[in-house]
Amino acid sequence: MERNRWLLPLLLTPAMGLGYSVLSLPEHAQGLQHLVADKMEVSGVSNPVTAVLLNFRGYDTLLEMFVLLLALLGVWSLGGLSLRREAASDLVLDTMVRFLVPVLILAAAYLLWVGAHAPGGAFQAGAVLGAAGVLSLLSGWRCHLGLAPLPLRLALAAGPVAFLAMSGCTLLIAGRLLQYPPAQAGILILILETAATVSIGVTLTALFLDKQHPGNKDQT
Amino acid sequence: MEALIPLQWIFDALLGLGLLWLGWQALASTDLFRSIVLFISFGLLMALAWARLDAPDVALAEAAVGAGLTGALLLTALARLKDTSIAAPGIDAGHPPIDYAPDDDESTRIKRGDD
Repeated sequence: MERNRWLLPLLLTPAMGLGYSVLSLPEHAQGLQHLVADKMEVSGVSNPVTAVLLNFRGYDTLLEMFVLLLALLGVWSLGGLSLRREAASDLVLDTMVRFLVPVLILAAAYLLWVGAHAPGGAFQAGAVLGAAGVLSLLSGWRCHLGLAPLPLRLALAAGPVAFLAMSGCTLLIAGRLLQYPPAQAGILILILETAATVSIGVTLTALFLDKQHPGNKDQT
Repeated sequence: MEALIPLQWIFDALLGLGLLWLGWQALASTDLFRSIVLFISFGLLMALAWARLDAPDVALAEAAVGAGLTGALLLTALARLKDTSIAAPGIDAGHPPIDYAPDDDESTRIKRGDD
């Protein structure tokens, strides 16, 4: 238990800092809630979280897409480490995955669609899609035959490219980054979210690909 | 609804204490596998806490990414750590420190190139 001696003070210091900041918060914070509520009708969606993430602060989401892509590149750059065995086929696992993966894909589509007016959206849908991919990978499915490098890379780049294209268009037309015309905002957000969902799902799945990933042709 | 308020207080208190306890256990455990399982449980309870705070969006993201995908990534990383045997003695989950003998280890020898 050598490590535990340092763990407690190391944890207590930030905990005390956090506690102090929470206690010193003003009683009635104004926040941005009313500002968001006032602008909801021009956002194109009726879920305030989606409105903030994709419309008012679309810039943040744009950067997040690139962060995800960078994380994947970082993981892939370590690709040489794995000495992975072929997953043993297991009847129970196989059957469960066969049932679960279509349901997960459907759930992802539902979460994407419902994000416009209820909790949900691109990140949740992408994570569910990623879970479907990871389950398939863990149960022994390999994609280096069916998914050639190009489709995989296109799927990975779809989200960031869609965001960049949208930024360029809005910058040229409206003069502001990611400022949608209110009449078309709903459909534009849906397009962006769809591309982002595909990219997030594929990126999260691709984190689990071993070194046979299609980037290294000589090893497949 | 009035009658439910003390129950909600008890539930929230248990949730908060459970989170603290799970977080501590996950950090203090010397068994990596145990730590990861505790981390996943922590993520699930955290999702419950976000739901209690009326933040269903964050709860969804926490359950899917924080508990699910991060947990799976950590488990995969642990499996690969065992494969490559680069874990330090005492940290590797499957083997007690006594079993660690780098010179007899096949993968280490291949790595050094003196096979």
